[in-house]
Amino acid sequence: MGRFRKSGKKAAPAISTASLPDIVFMLLFFFMISTSFRQTDKLVQVKLPGATENVKLERKDLTSYIYVGSPIPSKQAQYGTDSRIQLNDSYKTINEIRDFVAAERESLQEGDKEQMTIAIKADENVRMGIITDIKQELRRCSALKIMYVARQREAAN
Amino acid sequence: MARKTPDINASSQADIAFLLLVFFLITTTMDVDKGIPRKLPPMPEDQQQQEDIKINRRNIVVVKINSQDRIMVGSTPVDVSQIKDMIVEFLTNPNDDPTKPEKEVKNIQGLGSYPVSKGVVSLQNDKGTLYNTYIQVQNEIVRAINEIRDQFSTQRYGKKYAQLDDAQQKIVKEAIPQNISEAEPKDVKGKK
Repeated sequence: MGRFRKSGKKAAPAISTASLPDIVFMLLFFFMISTSFRQTDKLVQVKLPGATENVKLERKDLTSYIYVGSPIPSKQAQYGTDSRIQLNDSYKTINEIRDFVAAERESLQEGDKEQMTIAIKADENVRMGIITDIKQELRRCSALKIMYVARQREAAN
Repeated sequence: MARKTPDINASSQADIAFLLLVFFLITTTMDVDKGIPRKLPPMPEDQQQQEDIKINRRNIVVVKINSQDRIMVGSTPVDVSQIKDMIVEFLTNPNDDPTKPEKEVKNIQGLGSYPVSKGVVSLQNDKGTLYNTYIQVQNEIVRAINEIRDQFSTQRYGKKYAQLDDAQQKIVKEAIPQNISEAEPKDVKGKK
C-alpha cells in the first residue's frame, strides 16, 4: 500500500552544465567586440607627458594618430636619434602629413568627416618646434580637431 | 528508412569556446586614450592679410614659455604650480579690476543673463620648448577653467561640472568659455 522511498541516501543532483557554453559564448562575444588589434608597429619611442585634466577620446574610429619621438633603438643606426614623425607604418616628413590627412579623411563616411580627430602622441622630450610644424600643417589641411594624448597622473597638490 | 544521424557530442563545445575566450581576453586592450583636446584656429587665406582681431589689452593674458622652459604669465616669471591660480584670478576678476578682463552680460538660454568674462589666455612657446612643459602649462590652464566651472556649477546646481547633464554642461560652457589662443608660431626670446 504505502510506497516507501529509500530515504537518507539522497545524492545531490548534478548541476546541469548545459548552459555553460552559452555563458562562455556570451563572454566571448563581448571580448571579440571590444578587442581592437593594434594596427601599427611603433617605430618611435613615446613616453607620454602626464596631465591631470584629461578627457577621454570619444570616437576611436574617427581618430588618426601621429606619433612623434626618437626612433626605436633598432632603427637608430639608420635614422639617428632626432625626433621623427611616424604616420601609419613609416617615418614621414612634415610635408607628407597633408597626404596622410587626406587619405584618412577619405576613409571616413561623409557625415563623420567633420568629426575627424588627429591625436598627437608625442614623447615628452620632443621640442615644440616639430609639434608647431605639425600643427601648422594640420591647420593648412583644415584638420582642426586635435588632441594631445597624455597619460593620467595624480595632481601634484 | 533513413538512418537517424547520431547526436554529435557537444561537451567539448565549452572547451573550444573557453579557448577562444582566453585568446580574446589576453589580446584585448581596453585602454582608452586620454588627453587634452584642442581646436586649432583655421588657417588664414594666403592673400588675405590676417587681420588681428582687436582684443582689448585688458582682456588678454599672455603665457609665454621660452626655450629654457621658463614660464611667464603677463610680465611675471612664475612656476608651473602658480599658473592655475593666476588664470583663475584673471578670468573671474572678482573685484572688477580695470586691468583684468571685462565682462559682457549675455543672455544664456536656460540661465538668464550672466556676465561672461571676455578674457583670453594666449599661449606662446618657443621652438626649443619641451613638449612636456607645454602640456603641463596647457594642463594648468584647463585646470583653472575647470575650477571656475566647478565653482559655478556647485553654486548654481549644487553639483560638480562633471556630474551635470549635457544640457547643464552646455550652459556652463557658455557662461565660462574656454578661450585659449595658441599664437602664430614665433620665437619667444628668453629674457637675458
